[in-house]
Amino acid sequence: MVDLIKLTIDGKPVAVPPGTLLIDAAKQMGIEVPSFCYYPGLSLQGACRMCLVAIEKMPKLQTACTTVVGNGMVVHTETPEVANARKAMLEFLLTNHPLDCPVCDKGGECELQDAVFRYGAAETRFLETKQHEEEKKFSSLVYYDRPRCILCYRCIRVCDEGMDVNAYGIGFRGAHSEIIPNRGEHLECEECGACIDICPVGALTSGTYRYKTRPWEVTYTGTVCNHCGDGCKTTLSVRNNVVIRANNRDHSGVNGEFLCVKGRFGWDFVNSEQRLTSPLIRKNGKQEEASWEEALAHTAERLQAVLAQHGPGAVAVIGSNRTTNEENYLLQRFARSVLGTNNLDHHRTADFSSLVRALTEAGAADRHATIEEIGAASSILVIGNDPTHQHPLIAYQVRQAVRQHGARLYVVNAGEIKLRRQASQYLQVSPRGEAEAVRALAGQVTASQDLCTGEAEALPTFAQALTKESDTVVIFGDEIQGQGVGDLVRWGLTLSGRTRFVALGDYANSRGAADMGLFPDTLPGYQPLSSEAARQQFESAWGSNLPTTSGRNLRSILEGIRAGEIKALLVFGANPVRTFKLEKAAFAGLQFLFVAELFRTETAEFADIVVPATSFAEKSGTMTNTCGQVQALKRTMRKAGTRSDLEILLALARLFGQKWPYQSSEDVLREIIALVPGYGIPLPGLLVGHAVATRPEGAPPPLERPDLVFSSRDSLFTSGTLSRYSWALNSVDEAKKPYGHAF
Amino acid sequence: MRGNPLEVKILTRRFGLPNSASIDVYLANEGYQALKKALAIKPDDVINEVKKSALRGRGGAGFNAGMKWGFVPKQANKPKYVVCNADESEPGTCKDRVLMEYDPHQLLEGIVIAGYAIQSHQGYIYIRGEYRYLMEIVDHAIAEAYARGYLGKNILGSGFDFDLCTHSGAGAYECGEETALLNSLEGLRGYPRVKPPFPAVIGLYGCPTIINNVETLSNVPHIVLQGGDWYAKLGTPNNGGTRLFCLSGHIERPGIYELPMGFPLGRMIEEVGGGVWRGKRLKCVIPGGSSCPVLTAEEIDVPMDFDSLTKIGSMLGSGGVVVLDEDTCMVKAAWRIMKFYAHESCG
Repeated sequence: MVDLIKLTIDGKPVAVPPGTLLIDAAKQMGIEVPSFCYYPGLSLQGACRMCLVAIEKMPKLQTACTTVVGNGMVVHTETPEVANARKAMLEFLLTNHPLDCPVCDKGGECELQDAVFRYGAAETRFLETKQHEEEKKFSSLVYYDRPRCILCYRCIRVCDEGMDVNAYGIGFRGAHSEIIPNRGEHLECEECGACIDICPVGALTSGTYRYKTRPWEVTYTGTVCNHCGDGCKTTLSVRNNVVIRANNRDHSGVNGEFLCVKGRFGWDFVNSEQRLTSPLIRKNGKQEEASWEEALAHTAERLQAVLAQHGPGAVAVIGSNRTTNEENYLLQRFARSVLGTNNLDHHRTADFSSLVRALTEAGAADRHATIEEIGAASSILVIGNDPTHQHPLIAYQVRQAVRQHGARLYVVNAGEIKLRRQASQYLQVSPRGEAEAVRALAGQVTASQDLCTGEAEALPTFAQALTKESDTVVIFGDEIQGQGVGDLVRWGLTLSGRTRFVALGDYANSRGAADMGLFPDTLPGYQPLSSEAARQQFESAWGSNLPTTSGRNLRSILEGIRAGEIKALLVFGANPVRTFKLEKAAFAGLQFLFVAELFRTETAEFADIVVPATSFAEKSGTMTNTCGQVQALKRTMRKAGTRSDLEILLALARLFGQKWPYQSSEDVLREIIALVPGYGIPLPGLLVGHAVATRPEGAPPPLERPDLVFSSRDSLFTSGTLSRYSWALNSVDEAKKPYGHAF
Repeated sequence: MRGNPLEVKILTRRFGLPNSASIDVYLANEGYQALKKALAIKPDDVINEVKKSALRGRGGAGFNAGMKWGFVPKQANKPKYVVCNADESEPGTCKDRVLMEYDPHQLLEGIVIAGYAIQSHQGYIYIRGEYRYLMEIVDHAIAEAYARGYLGKNILGSGFDFDLCTHSGAGAYECGEETALLNSLEGLRGYPRVKPPFPAVIGLYGCPTIINNVETLSNVPHIVLQGGDWYAKLGTPNNGGTRLFCLSGHIERPGIYELPMGFPLGRMIEEVGGGVWRGKRLKCVIPGGSSCPVLTAEEIDVPMDFDSLTKIGSMLGSGGVVVLDEDTCMVKAAWRIMKFYAHESCG
C-alpha cells in the first residue's frame, strides 16, 4: 500500500495516490476544473490553459492538468484571479471562433459554450476581423471547420493513441494552425469518428448528423450495436422516429466511448428506404404485398401441410446471428416443440460449443474473459482473426492494455494484421497454420518446417516467452475450432495464473444464438440433446415432448434441400443464399420457404412468404457478446409495418394452437434465467445497462464437421447483409480498398 | 570584431587569429587539451568541476549546467544524447553565430566532454535554419575532428566513443525551446512538450538527454582546463565566468563583447558601447533579448548576472542587450515585438 498524498483543494483536505493529477484530484471531490485539451486516458497536452488554478507558494497560476499532486499543496480552483484568467483565455479562444452557435451542430453540447456561459466571457475587446477559412470535407463522414477549432489536439491524440491510426497532424503555426490529414487532403483512416465525438467544439462534425437537428430535440436511448460480436453500448439519438446519430458520450457500457465506423455511422440501414414494410406472398410466381394476417395464416397452413405429408423431418429452421436471445430461445422452442424438428442451426462464426465443452471438461467453466478484462490484462495472446477489422472494440481493448497497463501482446497469425504493431512477439505462420501452431505450442507436434515463415527458432522463443506470463487472456478466431479448441484450452490452462479465453464470433448475437441452442444437437445452455435430464427440464416447462434425435446441421439442411428431403424451410434473419453462394436451383426441391428479414435479400427473393422484421433499434430484448456478456437492447423507435421476430414467433405459435405464456421479451428472459444453465443472471443490473457475464457450463457434442464454423471475414466497413444498406459504410473511400489495408 | 580593453577574453580569445576555425589553429592554441584531461578523469569528476564553476545556461533560462548534467540517470539501459541548441533565434542575440563561425572546435570539444561526462555516445548540433552558411563551417570542423580522432571510435585511445552531427532547423523561433527542438529533431512538429518529465530523464527519442546552448558548451573546455574555481571567480557568486553580450540598438559601438558576469549594465553602455548614439539620452534597455522585461534608464545600475536581473523583475536572458534612445516610441516598439511573437507563436 503506497502512502497517499495529502493536500487541500478549496479549503477541503483530500488524500489521493501519488502521481495523481491535480485536475483528477479535484474531480474526485466534485470540483470541476474546466479544461479543453485534457482528456482522461490520453497523453497530456497542456495547450488550452483553461485549467489554471492557484497553488500557494507558486508564483504563477498552474495548469491543473499537468501538475502532479504534492504533499501539503494548498490549491484554490476558484479565486477571482483564476476566474479572470479563465475569462481572458475564453476571450482569447473566441478571437477567431465564429459565434455561429445557432447553426453549429455542437450548440447545446459544446464545451466552449458551457465555459463561456460559466465565466461570462461573451464580450470581447478584439475589434479585428475574424480569420475565416472555408470548411473542409475530410471524408464523407468527417468535416472540419477551422475557425471553430480551438486546437486542443484531442482529435490527434485519440487517433494516435486510442486508434493507432495517426490520421491527423497540425499544419502551420500560431493563429494559422489547423488540423490537417497526415496523408493528403482527405482522411485515410478507419473512419471511426472518435475525433468528432471527442471534439469539445463544433470543429469536427459528422457527415451523417450535421445540420439535422438540435441536440435537445432528440430522444436518447442506450442500446447495443447490432454489427460485430463485441457488443458496444451505443446511444441512439432519434428524432421523429428516425435515428440520426449514435455515440456513447456517457462512457457507459463495456466500450466506454469507443465505437467503430459501424457503430457510429453504420446504423443507417435502419432508415433505409429499401426496408421491407409489408409482408410479401408469392402469387403466380410473383411476390406481392399482403397483410400480416394473411401472410402468417398462409405460413401456418403451408407448414402444417408439409408436416402432415412429410413429417417433421422435412422441415428445417435457420436462425440468426443478430436476433435477440429471447427470439432465438423462442425460435428453438418453436422448432422443437411446435414443429417437432431438430433440423435447426445457424451460421456459426466461432466454435463456442467446443470452448464451453473444453472449459467444462477441465473444470474451468469460469475462465471466460470479459471485454473489460481484456483491457486490463497483463498478457494477451491473439490467435488468428483480425480483430482490428472484425472486432474493433476488442482490438481497442488490446491496444489499451498495452498502452495503459504495459501488457505484453502475443500474436499468432498467418497475415500481417495491424495488431502486430502492438505485439511484443509476433509469430507469423503459413496460411491456415494457426491450428498447427497451437498444437506445436502445446508440445503435441513438432512444427513443420514451413509453419513459421520467419525463423526456425520463432516458435520456441514465442512459447518460452508465454510461459513467463501469468493471467493471460487467450483470444482466438475461427481458425481454432473443434479439437483445436480443446488443444488450446488444455495448453492454455497450463500457463501460470488465471488464463481466460475468448472465442471471436462475427455478429451481434452469434454467442447468443449458440447459448440459446440454435443447434441440431444442443439445447439452450450447451446441454446435449442426448441428455434425458436436460430434455426433461424443457419438456416439463413447455408441456410438450421434444424430438430426441439430433437434427440436421446447416450444411446438412442445405444438402437435404438439394436432395429433396427438406420440403419446408424457415429462415429468420439470415441470408444463406448469399453466405453459401447458392443458385436458385439449390432451392428447387423446397415446397415452402419462409423468410423474416429487414430487406429483400437474395434468400428473401426466393421465398414464398417474406415478412418484414424489425431492426435492433425497434425492439427490446437481450444480446450476448462474443465474451458471453449479456446486455439489454432497448427499443428506440417504431417502424410501421414491421414486427419483431419475437412477435412473429408468438403469432405463429398461436396459429399452431399453442398457448405460450409470454407477453413481452422480458417474460421470455425470465424463463431463460430460470432454465438456461449459465444464464442465472441478476435482472436489475441488466436493466440499467450493465453487461452481465454468463457462465455457461455443459458438455455439448463435439463439432460434427469442420465446415460448419467459419467467419464471414467482414472488414471494418462490411457487416454481412446489413452493410449493403448503409449509405455511410459505402460512402467512405476506405471501404473500396482491399481488406487488411492498414492505416 | 571590435575589441574593448574591458573585455575578458576566454571564449573569444582565438577570434581574430587567421584561419581561426581550422583545427590546426585550434590545436596550436591549446585545442583539445581539455578533452585529453577530461578523458583521464572520471565522468562524475567532470560534472563536479562544471558544478563548481557555477556555469549557468547561456540560452536564456540560466539553469546551472552542472546540475542539469547531474539529473541524467547514471544507470539507464537506454542511449543518452547530447544536444547542442544552436537555434539562436531571440531577437537581439547573435553570439552563438560568432562562436560557431570563428571557433567551431571549441564548441565541438565542449560537446565531446559533455558526452563523456554523462556517458553519451551521440551528439547533435541543431542549427538555426537561417544559419545555413554555418552548417558548412561546423560540418567541416566535425570532419576535421573525425579525421584527427577527436570524434568517432576510441577517442584519443581512451575507449570512449562519440559521434556528432549537425541538423538544420527550418526557421521556427519556437524550436529554440528545448522540447520543441527535440520534437523538431525527431522530425515532428516543433511544439513544446509537457514538462515534467524533463529531457534529462525523457528527452530525444524518449531517452535521457542534455540540451545546452552553444555558448554554454563552449565554456566547458576552459572550465576543465583551468578548473571550476578559476572559472567561478571570473564572475559573481553563483554566476561563473564571462558572457558574450550582444550590444545593439541606439548605441555608438554595437557589437559582441565578452565581459565578466555581473558587469554593470550602465558601464556596459557607456564604457564598452560608447554610450547612446548621437548624444541622445537613454530611454530604456532590453537586457537579454526581446522577451525580457524592459529596464528604464533609472534601472541600469545593475550587475549583469542572472540573479541581479531576476531581483529587479527582468531577466539576463540570452545576452542580447538592446539600447533604445529617448526618441523611441515605446508603443511602436511593443507593437513590433508583439508582431514578432504573434508570427512565431507555436499555436
